[in-house]
Amino acid sequence: MVDPYTIGTSNIGTTAAAPVSHATGAPAVSIRELKKSYVLKSETVHALRGVSFDVPEGDYVAIMGPSGSGKSTLLNLLGCLDKPTSGNFFLGSDDVAQMSDDDLADIRSRRIGFVFQSYNLIQQYTVVENIQVPLYYQGRLGPAEQKRAIDLASSVGLAERLDHRPMQLSGGQQQRVAIARSLMNDPYFILADEATGNLDSVTTEEILSLFDRLNSEGRTIIMVTHEDEVAARAKRVVRLRDGLLASDRINSEESREEARRRQHENILALAQRKL
Amino acid sequence: MVWLRTWQLGVKSLLLHPLRSGLTMLGILIGVWAVIVLTAISQGASDVVQKQIESLGANTIIVRSIKPPAEKLTGRAAQYGLKRSDLELIIANVPTIESALPIREIRRQFTVGDNSVDGRLVGCTPEYAEVNRLTIREGRFLADADDLTADTVCVLAAQTADRLFPFEDPLGKRIYIPESSDYYRVVGVLKHRNASAAIGGSLDSQDFSSDVYIPIKTLRRRIGDMVTTRRSGQFETEIMELNQITLQVAALGNLSAVENVRPTAAMVESLIKPRHAALQDVAVVVPLELLEQARNLRLMFLGIGVLIACISLVVGGIGIMNIMLASVTERTREIGIRRALGAKRKDIVRQFLVETIVLSFSGAALGILLGFLGPPMYYGLLYVVETTSPEKFASLPEAIRQAEPSIVYATIPLAVGIAVTVGLISGLYPAIRAAKMNPIDALRHE
Repeated sequence: MVDPYTIGTSNIGTTAAAPVSHATGAPAVSIRELKKSYVLKSETVHALRGVSFDVPEGDYVAIMGPSGSGKSTLLNLLGCLDKPTSGNFFLGSDDVAQMSDDDLADIRSRRIGFVFQSYNLIQQYTVVENIQVPLYYQGRLGPAEQKRAIDLASSVGLAERLDHRPMQLSGGQQQRVAIARSLMNDPYFILADEATGNLDSVTTEEILSLFDRLNSEGRTIIMVTHEDEVAARAKRVVRLRDGLLASDRINSEESREEARRRQHENILALAQRKL
Repeated sequence: MVWLRTWQLGVKSLLLHPLRSGLTMLGILIGVWAVIVLTAISQGASDVVQKQIESLGANTIIVRSIKPPAEKLTGRAAQYGLKRSDLELIIANVPTIESALPIREIRRQFTVGDNSVDGRLVGCTPEYAEVNRLTIREGRFLADADDLTADTVCVLAAQTADRLFPFEDPLGKRIYIPESSDYYRVVGVLKHRNASAAIGGSLDSQDFSSDVYIPIKTLRRRIGDMVTTRRSGQFETEIMELNQITLQVAALGNLSAVENVRPTAAMVESLIKPRHAALQDVAVVVPLELLEQARNLRLMFLGIGVLIACISLVVGGIGIMNIMLASVTERTREIGIRRALGAKRKDIVRQFLVETIVLSFSGAALGILLGFLGPPMYYGLLYVVETTSPEKFASLPEAIRQAEPSIVYATIPLAVGIAVTVGLISGLYPAIRAAKMNPIDALRHE
């Protein structure tokens, strides 16, 4: 008999993943009237038409919206992978909206923890090496960083797989490496892009539980998703439509607990059907 | 620390595709190797030519008789060539002559008992040995006294002596020359000397190995100027006083001997040429000029060698560019990941640059190592040709058979310089292209 409440969490310890507070007093993320338009041939496409919201430290936000809503554009902007046409984007106390390419790279390496749908690990690196990549571009490579990478790998339950390469890991394990990597630079927030999109429901639960735990430890998480079950686990759901903010709702603690329970029941049913 | 790590990672990702990296390196390796070996061989070949010309002497002028075309010769006996009066004229009128050496050569058969040798009977003066760098094995060379008294003495070249006297000491023995029914007493035997090379059309190759040297006065008195040879059933008579006059140029005033060579040659030419205007049967050869020609030729040799090798280097570079472009495309996703995780453009450039540097430098290093194996490989190749097909080997030019490839050290930095430059340029372009990529597009790349 599988205890639904322990799936995916049983082998996960704590400690290393606990965040250091950036304690700026300001929200972790604050965007104001963010606009982005692209010029395609002679046509101008307005992907974002002015979006504003704050993400306080310790929040857990799911960003949702149909395709064409500007969801991906917002993700790229939040990830500092692209510059807005206009508006402000405060990350901590700095406006990063119009920073240079090099400065944005620096911001990415110091303040953002990426988790992608397709894991995006570097194939020729081991688990520990992959986790260290963000610090590599800050020039921080030493025994202390090495130890932190090992601790993070252990905290996501990969203590036995330190020297494995991505090819030798399952999807869920790879995503856990990616999550450990996103914690390596102690970011202002974790930006997860359809982080469970490639995973089956058991593994999805594994990863979502991990996010729950990280959030309960104080991590700020922004998650882009199109799955309602995933969004239901967040503290707050922001919906976009046609490049504008359509709704910004808080999920009550009860509804989150309900979502968690439903998910576990689904898995349990699945497990029993297999038996 | 970061650099060290970058290097480690560069090597690591190269080792991830050993075949691909190996092939890329091969291009540079062959290029560098070719530069070193080709220049070494052409250097060796031109050294041979150079040495041969130098052995003629830089301060000599050679005045030779040339056989004019048959239609110009009248009478029953062909009469042409240098006269003894030419020699006297030169000695009397050219102030910068240190010595003038008249030479008369006739093909003759030499006999001792049952042994006989066909060779050159050379009438000359005692200076001949020095001018032609002949050294004595035993006895002595001709002396002034021999020439004055026109003695019937002779000096044998090494091979003549060994053939005529296989089991005894030739000194004091007599050899017989059938055509002129004369006996000559052997006073000396020479050491072996390699044949001198022919230089273009102006100087024949000289084989000293089966010579017999006698005083020129003796030759004139005993044999005379008229020489009859039997050739393909008919007799051919030639009248010639001297085959050659070798002039040694002296230093005069503040001009050195070598600086005097050209003016002296011009003077000699203006003295001699009018006397032979009708038959055009003399030529003035200046080895110094040949020497300089040979130097130019050698530079050309080197130039062509380097050019060919540089082409292969460029081809190697194109190989690198090709591989790096493929590698960049294949790793677009990785570039996207790195950019998203904080790599700046210059970090990406650096990463790919390190890989090309490692490739081109290790290719160049291996090329140098193999380049040093070039000379032994060349000897090995010659040995294989010599043992498998000796006729073909014999037909190879002397400069190739006798060449001792010597590595021109200046070509090593040149080769490495070109290899690495070509490698860097062809690696830099894909690297910059990779870095310019938008991280979002790069991440989406499959």
